[in-house]
Amino acid sequence: MSIRVGESAQAATFPKAAKKLLQNTQLRRNVRRATDTIRGKRDKVVDEMPDWQALRTAGQQIKKRTLRNLDSYLVQFEKACTAAGGKVHWARDADEANAIIIGIIQSHGQKEVIKVKTMTSDETRLNHALEAVGIEPYETDLADLIIQLGHDKPSHIVVPALHKNKSEIRQIFMDTMGLKELGHAPEDLAAAARNFLRERFLRVKVGFSGANFAVAETGSVCVVESEGNGRMCVTLPDVLITMFGVEKIVPSFDDLEVFLQLLPRSATGERMNPYNSIWTGVTPGDGPKEFHVVLLDNGRTKVLADEESRETLHCIRCAACLNACPVYRQTGGHAYGSIYSGPIGAILTPQLQGMEHSTSLPYASSLCGACYEVCPVKINIPEILIHLRRKIVESGGAALTERMGMAVAGYTLADSSRLGKAQKLVQLGRQPLDAIGLPGWSAARDLPTIPTQTFREWWKTRGAK
Amino acid sequence: MLISLFITCYNDTLFPGTGKSVVRVLERLGHTVEFREAQTCCGQMHYNTGYHPEAVTIMKKFVADFLDAEIVCIPSSSCVAMIRDHYPKMAKEAGLEKEVAELVPKVFEFTEFLTDKLGVTDVGATYPHSVTMHTSCHALRSLDCGDRPQRLLKAVRGLDYLELPAGDQCCGFGGTFAIKNAEVSTAMLSEKMRSVLDTGAEVCTGSDNSCLMHIGGGLTRQRGTARCVHIAEILASEEGDQ
Repeated sequence: MSIRVGESAQAATFPKAAKKLLQNTQLRRNVRRATDTIRGKRDKVVDEMPDWQALRTAGQQIKKRTLRNLDSYLVQFEKACTAAGGKVHWARDADEANAIIIGIIQSHGQKEVIKVKTMTSDETRLNHALEAVGIEPYETDLADLIIQLGHDKPSHIVVPALHKNKSEIRQIFMDTMGLKELGHAPEDLAAAARNFLRERFLRVKVGFSGANFAVAETGSVCVVESEGNGRMCVTLPDVLITMFGVEKIVPSFDDLEVFLQLLPRSATGERMNPYNSIWTGVTPGDGPKEFHVVLLDNGRTKVLADEESRETLHCIRCAACLNACPVYRQTGGHAYGSIYSGPIGAILTPQLQGMEHSTSLPYASSLCGACYEVCPVKINIPEILIHLRRKIVESGGAALTERMGMAVAGYTLADSSRLGKAQKLVQLGRQPLDAIGLPGWSAARDLPTIPTQTFREWWKTRGAK
Repeated sequence: MLISLFITCYNDTLFPGTGKSVVRVLERLGHTVEFREAQTCCGQMHYNTGYHPEAVTIMKKFVADFLDAEIVCIPSSSCVAMIRDHYPKMAKEAGLEKEVAELVPKVFEFTEFLTDKLGVTDVGATYPHSVTMHTSCHALRSLDCGDRPQRLLKAVRGLDYLELPAGDQCCGFGGTFAIKNAEVSTAMLSEKMRSVLDTGAEVCTGSDNSCLMHIGGGLTRQRGTARCVHIAEILASEEGDQ
């Protein structure tokens, strides 16, 4: 079994990728503007909720309870979904999931699939696997369509094309849709996408979706969205395949009451999503004739096993942490080398696919805590980042120079007379430090002038008076 | 009140003026300050970077050095946050739960000590300059400092207080983050410097010399018009100092 999260095993380290992205001033302006806008909307609709903190706690508690009993909730979901006419498949990793999905599409002799609202399929690189066997996937979310047509990568969990501005999107549409003329207004771009997609919605026989929530009690699946493409994807085709990570389960239908308040306000700053689709199995004469669910593990049970960081699986993919993050704000999502970017990506990707592939991600944070503050299910991301850093150091993943430096510092700080001697050394190094600077620091920042007397030395002279 | 000063390792080495100012303010208010010379560090750098055993060793030393103190006052929000947020969990592994539970409530950051424990906002300072304040992330989110530092600053004679725009945004220091991710760190710093300079203030203050060293280092490199000064030094200032 091999766990992979998209192409992130091959991705450059965070500092390296970030350095490159920081040079793209247009991208940085786009990211700043978009995150400022979403953040402003989110703050407004959160501030109007008198019970927001209680809702956060409720969301956290439901997720905790679910994860404690995930095994039985999953089986309960399978039973309920099967009883309602659905078929449930279990996939241990990306390859198993892709094989199941390809098998279903091929059993119907189909060569095309329309897709909506799915991050897990980016995780498994489903499109790549489909294309390899001659099946054409069409993304129908506007942003995902922009990414697909532009041969780009998503840079945000909720707004995947947020790093592109209007004129860049217009150019992609002109180049790939065969359009000679196209207006500049957002309405013109939306109309072009609508024309492009509508014909596919009506023609393609297989639909593919992710899920925001799946209800164990009823076997229902829930997708929320803003564009209506999701509603079409899950109702128009003859065959519907829905894949989601095993942590998307909630115990009962009533639990949706909490999450359908938390999610839209945190994600897009809306009180409610324009489209909330909830369906249960198959209904004869209405919607798809065949419904498949693929339950994806792909490393999630491994995350579940670590009590210190288990709450990573609480995530409902609202991306509020991305919009609040001062690091993400500078680089956008591509620096994280994974479909899961920002603070949640920095803790999720390394845990899913193993530390050795992503030892730089847990350090891609100043630990400022803005992510934890906005998280609707109270994931203590800074704590988990520190926990993962500890695991990296304990498994020998830190650089030798750092390990030596930390050992020397630890030895020095364990005794005040050693600290006093080290302070003397710093004072002696004053001039060379001033002249050559400190690597990693001095490229953009001056060092403070090192005083000739430490506080403890001053205190001694004071006592002598 | 006998107040034990924990100066912190980097203030001791790089910013002794901050410690002298704390002593000056507390003595001016009629209290006695002691300095326990065995003290070194809180262990934050090791803990946040993933070096857990080293951090636990330093925590044990801090607990031994200060357990019998009446009050511990620290001119650094992030060190106080380290002690409050992480010591209780680390203590479980180190078998020091009782000691840490006893010590933590006696530990205060300098400005919250003045406002909450001593109940003063006017500390008798004069500082005839325009001042803006960078609230460090630990002061803001961990210590939940609210407007305590601002109340202290606004009571200083001659001080013209200017609000910092986007004040809840991290300056990009983040300890070893500033070195490991130097480029992103300085990109964050650029935004912070722009905010500081936009206020037109002569001085940017704060309760953490770590952030101020970062912002101040950027400002002097850019020949910026503002300089960074720890809040203790402002509160210690008296007429005739400038």
